[in-house]
Formats: sequence, structure tokens, C-alpha cells
Amino acid sequence: MSEEHTLAVKGLHASVAGKEILKGVTLTLKSGELVAMMGPNGSGKSTLAYALAGHPKYTITAGEALLDGKNLLAMSPDQRARAGLFLGFQYPVEVSGVSLSKFLWTAYSQMHVGDEADSDRFGADLTKHLGYLGLDNSFLKRPLNEGFSGGEKKRTEVLQMATLAPRFAILDEPDSGLDIDAIRSVGETVAKLHNPGMGTMVITHYQRILKFIRPDRVHVMVDGVIALSGGRDLAEELERKGYDWVKVGLAASQASGT
Amino acid sequence: MAQNSAELTPLDYTRYDFKDPESYKVRTHRGISEDIVRQISELKHEPDWMLDYRLRAYRHFLDRPMPDWGPDLSEIDFDAYTYYANPLAEGDTKKRWEDLPSDIRNTFERLGIPKAERDYFAGVGAQYDSGTVYHKIRDDLAKKGVIFTDTDTAVREHPEILRKYFGKIVPYNDNKFSALNSAVWSGGSFVYIPPGVDAGIPLQAYFRINANAVGQFERTLIIADKGAKVHYIEGCTAPVYSENSLHAAVVEVVAEPSAKVRYTTVQNWSKNVYNLVTKRAVAYENALVEWVDGNMGSRVTMKYPSVYLKGRGARADILSVAFASEGQVIDSGAKAVHSAPDTSSKIISKSIAIRGGRTSYRGLLHVAKGATGVKAAVRCDALLPDAISRSDTYPYNEIHEEDATITHEAVVGKIGEEQIFYLMSRGLRESDAIHLILMGFLAEFAKELPVDYALELNRLIQMEMTGAVG
Ligand SMILES: Nc1ncnc2c1ncn2[C@@H]1O[C@H](COP(=O)(O)OP(=O)(O)OP(=O)(O)O)[C@@H](O)[C@H]1O
Ligand SMILES: [Mg+2]
Repeated sequence: MSEEHTLAVKGLHASVAGKEILKGVTLTLKSGELVAMMGPNGSGKSTLAYALAGHPKYTITAGEALLDGKNLLAMSPDQRARAGLFLGFQYPVEVSGVSLSKFLWTAYSQMHVGDEADSDRFGADLTKHLGYLGLDNSFLKRPLNEGFSGGEKKRTEVLQMATLAPRFAILDEPDSGLDIDAIRSVGETVAKLHNPGMGTMVITHYQRILKFIRPDRVHVMVDGVIALSGGRDLAEELERKGYDWVKVGLAASQASGT
Repeated sequence: MAQNSAELTPLDYTRYDFKDPESYKVRTHRGISEDIVRQISELKHEPDWMLDYRLRAYRHFLDRPMPDWGPDLSEIDFDAYTYYANPLAEGDTKKRWEDLPSDIRNTFERLGIPKAERDYFAGVGAQYDSGTVYHKIRDDLAKKGVIFTDTDTAVREHPEILRKYFGKIVPYNDNKFSALNSAVWSGGSFVYIPPGVDAGIPLQAYFRINANAVGQFERTLIIADKGAKVHYIEGCTAPVYSENSLHAAVVEVVAEPSAKVRYTTVQNWSKNVYNLVTKRAVAYENALVEWVDGNMGSRVTMKYPSVYLKGRGARADILSVAFASEGQVIDSGAKAVHSAPDTSSKIISKSIAIRGGRTSYRGLLHVAKGATGVKAAVRCDALLPDAISRSDTYPYNEIHEEDATITHEAVVGKIGEEQIFYLMSRGLRESDAIHLILMGFLAEFAKELPVDYALELNRLIQMEMTGAVG
């Protein structure tokens, strides 16, 4: 039943506040693939995520992004979401007065127009996912992200992904600010939710969560481009050696024009 | 998992905007004069004291200038309104739906009134222009001595209680519009809860303006005797006309010692109604008065629900909500007058102005000499989703006891781009994202409303949002 979907990013350039941040990002994510995106602070990982999700502050200056051949960049953020793209935020936003359950139901029913939004299944899945993430039921009554601890916010992002069951999920640092046990439950949940019908990209700085997620590939972003890609052990190597050698390699290859 | 059907309700723009043909049993000529005032009183076969009261009020109305502050009222032409129009004969209030003329019955059925009565209310009243067309209270409450009737009936049947309070909380000369109401009033609710009786589920009154350029001047008096408890809810709607209408009500509430009164209003007048209402309550020792006042409709609203805290330990809780869109000015607020020691008040004002609408909060906090140990808290939150709308606050404090604990917060917020993007990234359309943020902002108010009213609020804001974001 799992269909094959493709998210293809080609030569993407994006700027924010007049400054170019992405300088030609090319990558492909297919259903069933689970990849990690690493790279130094400020290298453009979140920018890539925002640009793909359609944040109004990010201007695309060149390149393309296609979801199953359809031009993602021409769509509004909600159209992108309904086309199957999900972004787990590095800094989730608070919305007062809107309970988490109401919000999840609103988002879920938006995604299921046409086929019926089934409240029983919605409820059963929600209970299951809360359990995976070690979140108490009482969170459902609380206003969205308001007063949530950093770790609770991150877990709620994963809960939203679980509820919306996207075709492509980009999780921007789902592990930052999490305690050791939470890293495990978030990592395991992401791995569990990942399936052959879904492509997942996890942005992270740390090897720790990747132990649970077990990505197929690791990309390294440096200065707005994918400087290096490799297997799972690349993450370990980066943790040991830092990013300097990648930067040096990138500079060398840019100098030689390859 | 309870699903919130609010999001799934399709829009219905014509929900309130329909009108019955104007067929009135009794209707005065357009305009106001001493003669019209006398005619109204005569129609009602009133005792002399009431006629005298009306005439005194009418003279004061003539002498009293228009308010020189607040919203522009220059379009009001007192000669253009019809001051009394009743689809039934005066006093012919029905006690059974079946007895109503079919067009009026249909009107109220479209507005959900009989269903609401079955589902949530202990008693229901329905007023159509000047006429109270229906009034009913559950038998068990009537047996306990609870009175819920229209005020005209109360003048005839309960003069001892009525005269003790009528015009004592809001004197006719309080302001120009209380004077006008006192001169030409018709209908409104009269509620009396005997000592110690808890009315349980709410009583509801529904006010409908149907005819073009008709004024509605209901007069409501609610008395909760010692230790009694009541929740009264009113809803208001009208169809859209090119000429404006005037709604000038007076509401008086009395909470005797240890009584609890909650008065909830969901005002959704059409945008051609001038809504100029005087609402005031008196709370005696250890009594609690709560105003939950939502103003979504009307062209101009001026309304400042007040509580006079006259007994030790009395409390006031006022939640005032304003939603102003294109062409609307909602000038609302609250007053708490502390004249006894150890009294407390909490005022929360929430307002949203969009598409060029304008809201103002006008508040008064008064602590009299001798009223020691007072606690008062005021919070004003305004939300301005765009750059063309406007919100102002005018808080006045008159504090004559030094030990009063007063807190005042005022916040004007915009809807952040980040919030909208966050919600849109979950698949919500921009208008739905803003709608959700607005409903979140008003959640404190919505949760105090019966389900149907909360859904109505939701639908209304959704309608305004669809207009705003294309
Ligand atoms: N709204 C903005 N205004 C100005 N500069 C911005 C804005 N957003 C991002 N930038 C800049 O763009 C660069 C890339 O930021 P981005 O958030 O994509 O980095 P990142 O790789 O996600 O870093 P981190 O690992 O710290 O999260 C940074 O130099 C950042 O300061
Ligand atoms: Mg980042």
C-alpha cells in the first residue's frame, strides 16, 4: 500500500533579510528513506527547512523543490502541508487559548477532507502516540505550547507529526533540550513512525539521537551547501573530529571548481 | 475523543439576516413626543405612577444633551424611529409556542430558541420589537416562588417587588439613553428569586428587532433575594436594513446579601443598530455579581456594565468582550464602585478590532472613603490583527482609601507572522489560522457560554475572517 514519493531539491538558493544563506542545495528524499542533516551552527539547516515549508521571511532566489514533480515553491505553506510536507520546528510557537487537542483535531480534519476525518481513530492513535512519547493526557487540555518546557515542546512536535502522518517530515533538532530518557523516547518514536510510505529528515547536532533513529544517510551542511554526504558512521566521525576538516574539504573542492 | 464540531459547521451568511413582513397589531407613528409616551402607557393600561415616571423621564430626555464623549452618534435621528411596534396585541404574551403566529414562530425557530429551551434553559422569554411574544418558566421553579416574566406583566402582577427596585439602580436621569428608555420602555425580563433558592440552569431571554428603523427599549430587572442564585442569559439579533435602528435598554440587577447573579449577554445586532445600553448591579454583603458581556454586533455600542459594591465582602466579576469589524465602533468597559470594606472586583476586557473596526475600553474604578481592604484587578487585552484597526483604553481610577490593592494591566497584541506560519505549516488555511488564534484569544469568554452561543461566536468570527483574508 505504500506508494513511492519523491522530494527533490535542486540548486536551491535562499536568502533572508537580504542575506544569501542557501547557496545551491541539492538533495533527494524518497519514501522509506531516513536521513540526518548535520552541520555547524548558522550553516543554513533551519533555513532549508523553513524555505521548503514556505516561511514568508525566506526568499527563494534560484533553484527548485518538487514534491512528486509538483512545484512546492509555488504553493502556500498550508498547501505544502496538505501535499504531505511536515516541519517539526526547532522553536515551536505558542498559541494561547487553543488547546493541544483542539489544535490537533483541527489540523487532522483539515488533512482529511474528502475521506472522513474519523474521530475514533484519531482518538485511539493520539492515546497511543502520547504513550510512545511519555506525554501525559493532561497535555491535551493545555494551550498549544504555552508554558510547555523545552523538551515538552519538542515531544509535542513529534506528536503533531504522528497525528498528521505526512509523506515527508523534516524535524529540526527534535533532540535539543531533551533529557537523556526523552532523547531515547523521541528517537524511538521517530524510528517507529517512520515507514516505507514516508521520507524523514532529522536535523541534529548529536550522534545520541541517531543511535535510536538509525538514519540511512547523513548529510553535512556547511555554509549553505551540502558539503558532504555519507553513511551512518559519518555522524560518529563528525562527533569525534568536528567540522573543520569538512570545511577545509569544501573550500578545496570549491577552489578546484568541482 | 470529543470532536469539536465548530470547525466543521458550514458557513451560513443568512443565519440572522432575514426579516418577516412587517405586520403589526399595534404600532405608533414614527417619532417621539409626549403624546407617543402617553399612548404607550395607555396601551399597557399602566398605573398612574408609571405614566408619571415615563413623563418625567421624557422631559429629562428632551433636556439632556447627547454625550459629548465617546463614539459619533450624529447619525441618530430620534424622529426617524418607531418607538412601539408589537406583532401581537399589548399584553398578549403566549405561554405555548403553538399559539404564536407562524412567521414569528419560524423566526425564533430559525434562531434556535425552542430547541435551546428544551436543551439548556429553565425558562425562556422572547421579545420581538416592542412585544414580549412568549414567556415560559419551568413549573418546578415557579412552585418555588421564582418569578420570570416580562416587565409589563410584572408592573401589573408584582407591583410591590417591582416598585421597590424599579429605577432605583439606574435612575432615569442617569444618562440621555436611560431617560429615553424610561420614557418609552416596553418588554424586558423581570426575574425574582426568593431567599435561598438556586434557579439552577440558566434563564434565557432573546431579543429580536425585525422591522426597519424600529427602536427596542426593553427594561430588565433582576432581583436575587438573600442567598439566592441565578444565571440569566440574553441574546440579540436583527436583520440588516439600510436605515439604522436604536436599541436602548436599561438593565437593573440587585444581589441581596450572599446572593449570586450572573448575567450573560451575547449581542450580535446587525451593523445598522445603535446599541446604547445602561447595565448596573448592586451587590450587598457577600454577594457576587458577574457580568459576562460579549459585543460582536451593532454599528455603535456604548455599554459599561457596572457593579456597586455596597456590602462588606461583596464581589464583582466582569468579563467584557468586544469584536469590531468594518464600520463598527464598540465602546465598552466596566465600572466597579467600592463603597464598602473588604469588597473585591475583577475586570477582564478582551477586544479584537479588524478590518478597520474600532474598540475602546472605558473603565472606572472607584474606592470610596471608608471602603478599606479593597482589592481590584483590571486586565485589558486587545488584539489588532491589521494596521487599519484601532483600539484605545481609557481607565479612570478614583481611589480614596490608601490600603486598596489595585492592579492594572493592558496589553495590545498583534497576531504574529510566526504564529500564522506555524499553524499554516500544519495545513490550516490562513483565514482558519487567524480564526483559531482569535478564538484562542477569546477562549476565556467562549468557555463561559452555553454551547450554542459559543458555536455562534465561532461562526461569526469565521465569517469575518473569510471576508478579511479573501
Ligand atoms: N530571520 C533572519 N534574519 C536574519 N538572519 C537570519 C534569519 N534567519 C536566519 N538567519 C541567519 O541565517 C544563517 C543560517 O541560519 P539557520 O537558522 O538556517 O542555521 P542552522 O544551520 O539551523 O543553525 P543552528 O544549528 O544553530 O540551528 C544564520 O547566520 C542566521 O543568523
Ligand atoms: Mg537551526
